[in-house]
Amino acid sequence: MLRILWLQSGGCGGCTQSLLGSEPRSLFAELQGAGIEFVWHPSFSQASDGEARAILEACAGGAQPFDVLCVEGAMLRGPGGSGKFHLMAGDGRPLTDWVERLARRARWVFAIGSCSAFGGFSASTPGNPLEACGLQYDNDEAGGLLGADFRSAAGLPVVNIAGCPAHPGWVVDTLEKLALEGLTASDLDDFRRPLLYAEQLVHHGCPRNEYYEFKASAQKPSDLGCLMENLGCKGTQAHADCNIRPWNGAGSCLRGGYACISCTEPGFEAPGHPFQETPKVAGIPMGLPTDMPKAWFVALAALSKSATPKRVRDNAVADHAVIRPAIKKTGLK
Amino acid sequence: MTRLVVGPFNRVEGDLEITLDVDDGVIAAARVNAPLFRGFEQILVGRPPADALAVVPRICGICSVGQSAAAASALADAMGLQATPNGLLARQLIQATENLADHLSHFYLFFMPDFARPAYAGRPWYDAVARRFAAVKGSAAADVLPARANFLKLMGFLAGKWPHTLALQPGGSTRAPTSAERIRVLALLRDFRSFVETVVLGDDLENFATLDSADGLAAWADGRTGDFPAFLATAADLGLDRIGRGSDRFLAYGAYGLFPAGLWQAGGASTPLDPGAISEDTRHAWLAAGKPRHPAVGETVVDADNPDGYTWCKAPRYDGTVAEVGALARQAVAGHPLARDMIERHGASVSARVVARLLELASVLPAMEGWVKAMVPGEAFCAHASLPDECQGAGLVEAARGSLGHWLSVRRGRIDRYQIIAPTTWNFSPRDAADRPGPLEQALVGLPAGPNAPPTVQHVVRSFDPCMVCTVH
Ligand code: SF4
Repeated sequence: MLRILWLQSGGCGGCTQSLLGSEPRSLFAELQGAGIEFVWHPSFSQASDGEARAILEACAGGAQPFDVLCVEGAMLRGPGGSGKFHLMAGDGRPLTDWVERLARRARWVFAIGSCSAFGGFSASTPGNPLEACGLQYDNDEAGGLLGADFRSAAGLPVVNIAGCPAHPGWVVDTLEKLALEGLTASDLDDFRRPLLYAEQLVHHGCPRNEYYEFKASAQKPSDLGCLMENLGCKGTQAHADCNIRPWNGAGSCLRGGYACISCTEPGFEAPGHPFQETPKVAGIPMGLPTDMPKAWFVALAALSKSATPKRVRDNAVADHAVIRPAIKKTGLK
Repeated sequence: MTRLVVGPFNRVEGDLEITLDVDDGVIAAARVNAPLFRGFEQILVGRPPADALAVVPRICGICSVGQSAAAASALADAMGLQATPNGLLARQLIQATENLADHLSHFYLFFMPDFARPAYAGRPWYDAVARRFAAVKGSAAADVLPARANFLKLMGFLAGKWPHTLALQPGGSTRAPTSAERIRVLALLRDFRSFVETVVLGDDLENFATLDSADGLAAWADGRTGDFPAFLATAADLGLDRIGRGSDRFLAYGAYGLFPAGLWQAGGASTPLDPGAISEDTRHAWLAAGKPRHPAVGETVVDADNPDGYTWCKAPRYDGTVAEVGALARQAVAGHPLARDMIERHGASVSARVVARLLELASVLPAMEGWVKAMVPGEAFCAHASLPDECQGAGLVEAARGSLGHWLSVRRGRIDRYQIIAPTTWNFSPRDAADRPGPLEQALVGLPAGPNAPPTVQHVVRSFDPCMVCTVH
């Protein structure tokens, strides 16, 4: 059995809510079947009050063994380094102290969601008065609460299952991979996100790809066109498989009609421009696709704009298809 | 007199600690502490106004859509923009999906597991209830989690994802479902209806929604198979319809065009909502003190050393008085006869709060089916306008846990002030400058507590379905 201890701090609890939607089986049955169980989880477990404190104390002291420490939410070190912005209820010690003690006992430490990985929204108030950070990152700099050199007992740095929220599949698959065959540094990318979801771009599999090809762009919220040129989409730069692994059955941000705001990347919460607008220089989007030289992009965009079929051009600026694909009468070759 | 500090509370959203003064095994006074501070109002100041749509859902992972809806309404108010009819229907569907999914999660995952506590071993219902509702291991999870996930597929079609969608916009929604998708959304609603009718209620939604008195409810539940009738039998044995009374003044901002806005008190008629009567007091929060302020001119300034402070939560008041919000408040204000009868007999109680959530499942689900059918394919889902550089707006909506308000001022094209009053801020409010305790603080007084007490406090706390992460936005 792989035993999980889960803590929440400066976050919204959304990664847990998301996780509960794991499909197709009930989350609890699925994890149990894969040999995974919760020692304690703040939203699921029976134990409350003194019972919960006793479990945490036993884990921190070594009497209760566990394998994976999962932490959701940013680490709040303020005010003035006191940790008082989040004291453990019923206990009065800063949650940051608990995380440090427990991380020393854990065989693996997982940051669940972008808050716990990189700091997220809690760290984005000007001047960061909450003194918020991630477990092992402060935005895109290694460090954070546990420090750049931290390695858990199994020898890995903190595994960052980044996302705001994390997709249930990212968490469940990573835990199940660990239970099945282990996890090594080569399973993680440069920001220590599991490659099983971070080796894709959000752009991969986006239903707006045909509009992208022709640079047929949406102009206003609810338009069907590609959201990169005007409405802030970072899908060609953001690492995640959101358009390959559906959200809530058939969804994704792009399928929902709004931009990818790159919520799996450090610093996504403070983009330096309005979330739903694309920053441009001389009319050209600043955030060009990963792996693509600017000159090529510009040349291709000009060419494809000039070749855009009327169907694609017109549908791009409507909220439903106004022109259907033509039917060829001669049999398809 | 002894002082007990209770916490952490599992199975509530976020962090909660309660200090109890106990006299001879009975609670004499309670102080509610929200021990985590998040500071979202400061995160918003200085940002472009439309960024609120991306920021505020992240206040809360369980009522993320409620937060979106409040921000979208506040922006629409500031722009003087009306959402399109299709956009309004889409927004109602998205909000209702979240609210009903939350009601379901609350009942099965947060509230019922407390009856599986060993303290109740020996009660006639215990074995069956523990087998069904024990946390994680009970048989209900295998039914409920897939039903919840399937229901949330509405979000996949209408909102892209849940939580944290950007689909709700001031002018409506970014997502126009195709006619094929409307058919599939209706199928999902039928699937969820069938789950609620067969597993939760053991009766048709429409039949249950017309129950009009506490006696009628008891007769209806008698001998009926279903998870909710099982709760009612347990609650009757433990007398949960008589405990948990709070301020007994109920506030609602109005929802879906089905439930009106207003204030209601037992024995009277509802009075219309006056948004100008809302204020917040910081005397007992770790925030800079001052006169109570209307949220449109409210401030959140940290003072971690405030000697009177015992929580990060402000004390909202309506017309200077304490008010309870939530499903029970919505149903009481709307005049649902069952909700009002339960309150008039014994005040707001653990049972009444749970019953009201089930009433909403039964009455909102059929309305949702109607909204999907009312969408007109081909017509716009989103209206557009630009935001003036200097403006103000308010967005008052109902999240699952009750009334949620956002107040926004824009100067020179940037957010100058953003104030939020969340549902649990009302319900788990601390004392105000006049030392009047909040609804939960009142509801706990007189209950048993201490080493050998039954877990009554746990039931009362969770009957409010608190969301602490919102409280301390
Ligand atoms: S909307 Fe974004 S993810 Fe989709 S095709 Fe355009 S750039 Fe790619």
